[in-house]
Amino acid sequence: MIRLDSKVPEGHISEKWTNHRFNMKLVNPANKRKFDVIVIGTGLAGAGAAATLGELGYNVKAFTYNDSPRRAHSIAAQGGINAAKNYQNDGDSVYRLFYDTVKGGDFRSREANVHRLAEVSNNIIDQCVAQGVPFAREYGGTLANRSFGGAQVSRTFYARGETGQQLLLGAYSSLNRQIKLGTVKTYNRHEMLDVVLVDGKAKGVVVRNLLTGEIESHAAQAVVLATGGYSNVFFLSTSAMLCNATAAWRAHKRGAAFANPCYTQIHPTAIPQHGEGQSKLVLMSESLRNDGRIWVPDAPGDHRAPSDIQESERDYYLERRYPSFGNLAPRDISSRSAKYACDDNKGIGGGRAVYLDFADAISRIGEDAVREKYGNLFEMYENITGENPYNVPMRIYPAPHYTMGGLWVDYNLMSNIPGLFVAGEANFSDHGANRLGASALMQGLADGYFVIPYTVGNYFGGDKPEKVDVNGSEFKEAEKKVKDNTDKLLSINGKQTVDDIHKKLGNMLIDKVGMSRDEAGLKQVIQDIKDLREEFWSDVKVVGKGDELNLTLERAGRVADFLELGELMAVDSLDRDESCGAHFREEHQTEDGEAVRNDEDYAYVAAWEYEEAGKWNLHKEDLKFEYVELATRSYK
Amino acid sequence: MSDQNINLNLNIWRQESSEAKGKFEVFNVSVSPHASILELLDELNNNLEKEGKTPIAFESDCREGICGTCGLVVNGHPHGNIKHTATCQLHMRNFKDGETIYIEPFKAKAFPVIMDLIVDRSGLDTIQQAGGYASFNTGSAPDANAIPISKDTASLALDAAECIGCGACVAACKNSSAMLFVSAKVSQFALLPQGQPERYERVQNMVIAHDESGFGSCTNTYACEAECPKGISISNIARMNRDYFVSNMKLQDV
Amino acid sequence: MGWLSKSLSSSIGKKFIMAVTGLSLILFLTVHLINNLFLYAGKDGFNTLVGSLDAVKPLVRVAEVILLLFFLFHIYNGIKLWWENKKANPEKYAINASKENSTFYSRTMPYTGAIVLVFLVTHLSTLWVQFNFEMGGTHEYYDVIETLFSDISLVVIYVVTMLVLGFHLNHGFQSAFQTFGWHHKKYTPLVEKIGTLISLIYAVGFSSIPIYFYIQAMGGN
Ligand SMILES: Cc1cc2nc3c(=O)[nH]c(=O)nc-3n(C[C@H](O)[C@H](O)[C@H](O)COP(=O)(O)OP(=O)(O)OC[C@H]3O[C@@H](n4cnc5c(N)ncnc54)[C@H](O)[C@@H]3O)c2cc1C
Ligand code: HEM
Ligand code: HEM
Ligand code: SF4
Ligand code: F3S
Ligand code: FES
Repeated sequence: MIRLDSKVPEGHISEKWTNHRFNMKLVNPANKRKFDVIVIGTGLAGAGAAATLGELGYNVKAFTYNDSPRRAHSIAAQGGINAAKNYQNDGDSVYRLFYDTVKGGDFRSREANVHRLAEVSNNIIDQCVAQGVPFAREYGGTLANRSFGGAQVSRTFYARGETGQQLLLGAYSSLNRQIKLGTVKTYNRHEMLDVVLVDGKAKGVVVRNLLTGEIESHAAQAVVLATGGYSNVFFLSTSAMLCNATAAWRAHKRGAAFANPCYTQIHPTAIPQHGEGQSKLVLMSESLRNDGRIWVPDAPGDHRAPSDIQESERDYYLERRYPSFGNLAPRDISSRSAKYACDDNKGIGGGRAVYLDFADAISRIGEDAVREKYGNLFEMYENITGENPYNVPMRIYPAPHYTMGGLWVDYNLMSNIPGLFVAGEANFSDHGANRLGASALMQGLADGYFVIPYTVGNYFGGDKPEKVDVNGSEFKEAEKKVKDNTDKLLSINGKQTVDDIHKKLGNMLIDKVGMSRDEAGLKQVIQDIKDLREEFWSDVKVVGKGDELNLTLERAGRVADFLELGELMAVDSLDRDESCGAHFREEHQTEDGEAVRNDEDYAYVAAWEYEEAGKWNLHKEDLKFEYVELATRSYK
Repeated sequence: MSDQNINLNLNIWRQESSEAKGKFEVFNVSVSPHASILELLDELNNNLEKEGKTPIAFESDCREGICGTCGLVVNGHPHGNIKHTATCQLHMRNFKDGETIYIEPFKAKAFPVIMDLIVDRSGLDTIQQAGGYASFNTGSAPDANAIPISKDTASLALDAAECIGCGACVAACKNSSAMLFVSAKVSQFALLPQGQPERYERVQNMVIAHDESGFGSCTNTYACEAECPKGISISNIARMNRDYFVSNMKLQDV
Repeated sequence: MGWLSKSLSSSIGKKFIMAVTGLSLILFLTVHLINNLFLYAGKDGFNTLVGSLDAVKPLVRVAEVILLLFFLFHIYNGIKLWWENKKANPEKYAINASKENSTFYSRTMPYTGAIVLVFLVTHLSTLWVQFNFEMGGTHEYYDVIETLFSDISLVVIYVVTMLVLGFHLNHGFQSAFQTFGWHHKKYTPLVEKIGTLISLIYAVGFSSIPIYFYIQAMGGN
């Protein structure tokens, strides 16, 4: 039986973090070197944490399945990173960023964590600039900002469309410095496959060397998981190909509670699937909705070319239903409306796509002005689709993009397993039921640079560093489990490939646990996933051997975990009998299709404890809103 | 845009391990013109797996041209023949029906083949570790607006910082030199005020690490710039050379 | 001075040597070309010019030693670079697409250099040895050249080599600028043009001499 204690410090919200830091136990500098910390993941959260822990003098081992720490998924983020600097003097403040984030998360996040995020956001920008991150600048030499994701202030810092890359390379550079200084040792092409608990505390991990297939144990006094989100459970998402939930899931199976798995964000503007062979979806910046008009043919099954469809035969459905916000309606509404249109057989060419049309913008402000604003996005679109959006309307369709759910953590970002910390997208911490644009990068770096290094130290506190024996029985047991799992996967020798099954899972989830959910569908899909899991374990075909580089085997292990996580997502969706943020239950909407939240019964974090595959116990952490008043949003 | 599948004759490099001898294996495939070349390989692999055969080992991650994981030599061009695109962004509509395509791994002594199309590029990390950073500890940074940086300088620095670390420059260079890659990082810091304190140590250390990692010398062939998916300019190499000379004259213990 | 040899033996250091020596050799060639163009001034003009150098022979010798050093450094480093770079890139691609990403001149530097080297050896072992040691006290330099270039095979060798030298310099000139770090959006295209112009001048200027003498010799018959 697990116990959830959020450990939120006492005091006014704006003083909690300061007080907490003051009250933390400090580690004797002479002892720091004797504390080992394992960091899994070298994305923003992981690289930031590993580098900073190294700077503080701990002995750090950092693991990634990529061939270099620099390639983590964070590299792909485009838009920008928020901070409450108020450099534009437009009324921003720590409190406003805190307020916007809690509200944006539709009141399903923990206030204290969010406030801390807003507080340290400013330090992040200072840190990154000092690292040499070339953020966009004004002519006068100061930092430039833009407004992002519907925010009313300009607080987003950016570096062209490559903000994530620049931030990650900054973190990577700090990491490199520590590698050279010898405080951090990196293990590239190593995949973590289990957490090892000794006396109930996280004391190490079991990893597979992806080049040799060797199963190795590594011991430490604390383990930090910064392993990213689980959007790839849908098979098609905007996540990088290798992103997976295995690290988090294996920790979950060792006792770490998994919180709010049903909160998955589906971004409205991605390039639609081109066919069966599609491997991932590419995001188009949301800014396109500022000038593009979204429409579908009015008549179902109308497959004529867009130029042949008269103005009167088009349905500009967002403008029609949300006259004041129009094409800028929030992500979830916009995504859901596209789904409905395609469900009604109004999708472009009978497929799952809607038009994003710039014809009006071009006639209004001219092609050059449009090129000035969106030129590189149009180029990217043309490169991928072969169509010129200046002449033909773009096609877009929503795509899974971010997962707010993740391992449950307390205020210290420690899971319910002592010594197991979780940072970045892998935890459930700051975004509630919906994440605002440009705040994931902020959270990853906040966790990595400014939270984990303190709280890990506090965890070590006054303790004497005790060496952990990697040859202990707990490690041997975990190694055996990993090996058995590998052998099992290789021995099934069925008829379906790993991808075949993953695609099936993805289709089930996007259909029933995607943009809109309902009770019947969820009950159905839970059963379907259980069946698919059985199919997997009896009919999957994994070629090759376990003691060599084997990409199929790697994927098989990840899909096996997705097959369990997918079910939990449905179970959680079913439990959460309300609509909130990105979680939309058909049963709970107004006549206009607006989500209806139920704060009375569902203002809690759903933390699921694993019992066995297909069986979980729900624990609730009640959420209290003392500083931001509970309110309903309206975009009419 | 036609949706008709195109037929291709693929010659793909197969090599079991770094020690094994490699050879081309031929596959005849039919593929949607909208697929990327990596999706073509995905599909081919899925079929191979169904037949119980070993799939072709290749790497990718972001598939958006930013992580630098992918990197195949397509018809002699690292990342293929289309300018400023990574392999993952290379779409089949750029090929003709009936065309023969050669797909090979990056070739360089510093990039030993691991399996099939996967090579070991850890030398690039080694170079970065030698000096690709500004030394300061988390939390000690001054306010971000304390030092103004002109828009042009920031933009030039970003031009260099955009390098995705894919190693195509090495693969394209007849000398397997990684100087474009090294110079991109050296330039980014040389341009920014934050890079000044360690400017000359950095270039020394990174050039030495480059030379020791088995990469060849640059002889100004400029193939790297032509094949770089990010269009990193060789003017960065010039800037690095300059800094390298200065560092030799200036530093007291070089 | 350990730092110097260390710096110069790094990859950029070697390039630096190539550039310094290469540009110096270009300087020599300029003087050499002007010198040789005096052949057009006729027998007396040329003979007087060459003969006048006797007065400053010790200086000429010093200059020649320096020149020799430059050549040696250039050649030694060139060969070293070529050899090391070959080792760094031992395997070629099935399809060679290099002509689509680089110029012919840049790719063939070691080979054009080697051809020039072979030429140089024959050139020195004939002309220079004769001029300096086999004139038997006379100053009939012009005649030596006249005789030399009546041989069609030599003329062909000279002309072809001058063309190859042009190739070498067409890349080499601007490459030296890049090596020194002088790359600029505005000026680099100009430097490239000057490089091509110089190469043309050398190729045409030097080639014209053997051709001129050969035609003369033909006419004389
Ligand atoms: C296309 C796109 C655009 C985005 N744009 C923005 C934006 O503009 N602004 C914004 O704020 N957010 C954006 N996001 C979201 C943001 O990029 C991510 O949420 C964030 O980068 C996650 O960082 P992270 O450090 O938590 O994890 P990641 O960057 O995903 O890193 C995970 C790390 O864990 C490692 N790992 C995972 N599992 C294992 C294992 N089992 N063993 C070993 N290593 C493991 C991986 O190798 C990797 O190093 C975007 C996301 C996408 C997909
Ligand atoms: C004698 C035989 C010669 C050999 C073997 C030789 C060889 C080389 C080689 C290998 C290079 C480097 C190639 C490269 O960077 O790709 C080079 C560069 C160069 N050479 Fe030569 N060369 C010779 C003669 C000359 C002569 C006679 C001149 C000038 C008159 C000259 C001028 C240059 C210049 C300017 C460069 C460019 C330097 C740089 O890249 O920075 N070379 N040569
Ligand atoms: C048609 C072309 C050329 C002619 C007629 C020619 C002629 C001569 C003559 C007459 C000499 C002897 C001069 C003396 O010792 O006083 C000489 C020397 C020399 N030549 Fe040439 N030359 C030609 C091209 C070249 C080229 C292309 C090179 C270099 C790549 C070259 C390099 C040298 C060198 C190094 C010497 C010896 C150094 C010196 O004594 O100045 N020559 N040449
Ligand atoms: S310089 Fe260009 S080719 Fe080289 S690693 Fe960077 S992005 Fe790749
Ligand atoms: S191709 Fe090679 S030779 Fe130099 S300019 Fe580029 S590294
Ligand atoms: S897969 Fe990331 S650049 Fe191609």
